[in-house]
Amino acid sequence: MSVIIFIDQTEGHIKKASYEAMSYGAAIAKQINVPAYGVLLGNVNDDIAALGKYGVSKIYHVTDEVYNHFDAQVYTNAIAEIATEAGATVVVCSHNQSGKAVAPRVSVKLKAGVVTGAISLPDTSNGFVVKKNVFSGKAFAFVSIDTPVKVISLIQNSYGVNTAEASAEVITKSVAATAKIKVTAVHKVSGEVPLTEADIVVSGGRGMKGGEHWGILEDLAKTLHAATACSRPVADSDWRPHHEHVGQTGIQVSPNLYIAIGISGAIQHLAGVNRSKTIVVINKDAEAPFFKVADYGIVGDAFEVVPKLTEAIKGLKA
Amino acid sequence: MKILVCISKTPDTTSKIAFKDNNTQYDENGVQWILNPYDEWYALVRAIELKEKDASISIDLVTVGLADSEPIIRKALALGGDVAHRINAVSNDSYYVAYQIAELAKKEQYDLVFTGKETIDFNSSSIGGMVAELLDMPYVSLACKFEINGTTATINREIEGGEEVNEVVLPVVVSCQKDMAAQRIPNMRGIMAARTKPLHVIEPVAVDALTTIVKYELPPARQSVKLISPDNVAELARLLRDEVKAF
Repeated sequence: MSVIIFIDQTEGHIKKASYEAMSYGAAIAKQINVPAYGVLLGNVNDDIAALGKYGVSKIYHVTDEVYNHFDAQVYTNAIAEIATEAGATVVVCSHNQSGKAVAPRVSVKLKAGVVTGAISLPDTSNGFVVKKNVFSGKAFAFVSIDTPVKVISLIQNSYGVNTAEASAEVITKSVAATAKIKVTAVHKVSGEVPLTEADIVVSGGRGMKGGEHWGILEDLAKTLHAATACSRPVADSDWRPHHEHVGQTGIQVSPNLYIAIGISGAIQHLAGVNRSKTIVVINKDAEAPFFKVADYGIVGDAFEVVPKLTEAIKGLKA
Repeated sequence: MKILVCISKTPDTTSKIAFKDNNTQYDENGVQWILNPYDEWYALVRAIELKEKDASISIDLVTVGLADSEPIIRKALALGGDVAHRINAVSNDSYYVAYQIAELAKKEQYDLVFTGKETIDFNSSSIGGMVAELLDMPYVSLACKFEINGTTATINREIEGGEEVNEVVLPVVVSCQKDMAAQRIPNMRGIMAARTKPLHVIEPVAVDALTTIVKYELPPARQSVKLISPDNVAELARLLRDEVKAF
């Protein structure tokens, strides 16, 4: 028996979300007294054995070229094959772009119940019950997985990363497959921290009064190594690109820190950000609903407060 | 070409979230039900846009739900669906729901299956992937652009910090999100036509659910916000370092 963790990579690098998935999977393995193993598909430039520090003692590395690009169908087949070979009773992945596509498929393939969007370790005291976000972060559900094998995808930044000095045994494998999906191009937003991967997000709303004022947000974001985001009216007015729009109909984020500047906090916006660990709100309107869900707030003019905050952080970092 | 659009009813975004029966059931009292926004704005409307360019396309709708789902089915028909299938069952288990949809799809042989990227109540983003696996079809999730040329689809999907362009030969299952289509509202002609469009009620096939919801919980009330004076911004920087450990 074992816990298997899907280690996700892109362009030859392990994704940060997978460090957390491994830490989480290793903790489940410890809880149910079985080893934790990783499954890595495709070739990477990173040191694979070193991933042992996140708690996996063995990594199955499938090196066939077909896995260098993501295809949910062939990825599922390889993960399921290795999970079966390793006698996995739990399969874990991150609830990121790849995990959202793979977890449900693996679940069907293994006839295993799945909980997507888990936020904490399962309760294994009586059965196997996983806590997940529902109603766009406005409530939690405790879901019992009633099958011998379980599949879980973990929301990013909900568990954290654990490390210990260890290295993993790497087993190189081949799992033959033909991908039906052909990747013809990749359009990256260059030079910025990817929004869904970011630890810290600096986000602006209508209170910024125009795209030309975004410099002060970008300075703050740069100082904190944060991604920039915006509310829907900002994207709709073309002040900022649409891929930065967070909210119910935009991107959902769950960073450790979300700094909302000049955003009133409409319920549709909150639905995209209320999984954030800490929320800071800067708004000149003391009645803005965002303050009700914030941890820290400043009632004040963003154009004065934000540059001061950036300077103060730079001062403390120096 | 036949497109299947999977739709679901969800509580309106502004609905109050409350639970009953010892926190084991969602309290539907006073809830306004809507067509799940991702199913409507992106999956269904994109299918309609494709049909407007190619009249040979037909759009089927499917939902797994009881008779109280019919208002949202009629709305989807009013927007531009041709035929609706309501599988007469209710379940919170994704596998059960996906299985019912896949059984219909096996009979009807669709070229394209669209779902929203998730429902706004359970946020599971599971149905598309499960249906794809049950039908042994490729799956592109979180699609933000979809074009078709003959039997080849070109699909942009969200990746970390950008988009990836995928090419795939039909059939394919696609989960849809923002930028797929422009939001629209049903017109009077559509609403009138929807009244007489076929809505087939199908009894579910027997299959076991793989999960059970044990209970729900509301998040603990957030501690009230710690307000910092705008004259003391340095204090916020200090808190971000010492309490939040942001740097």
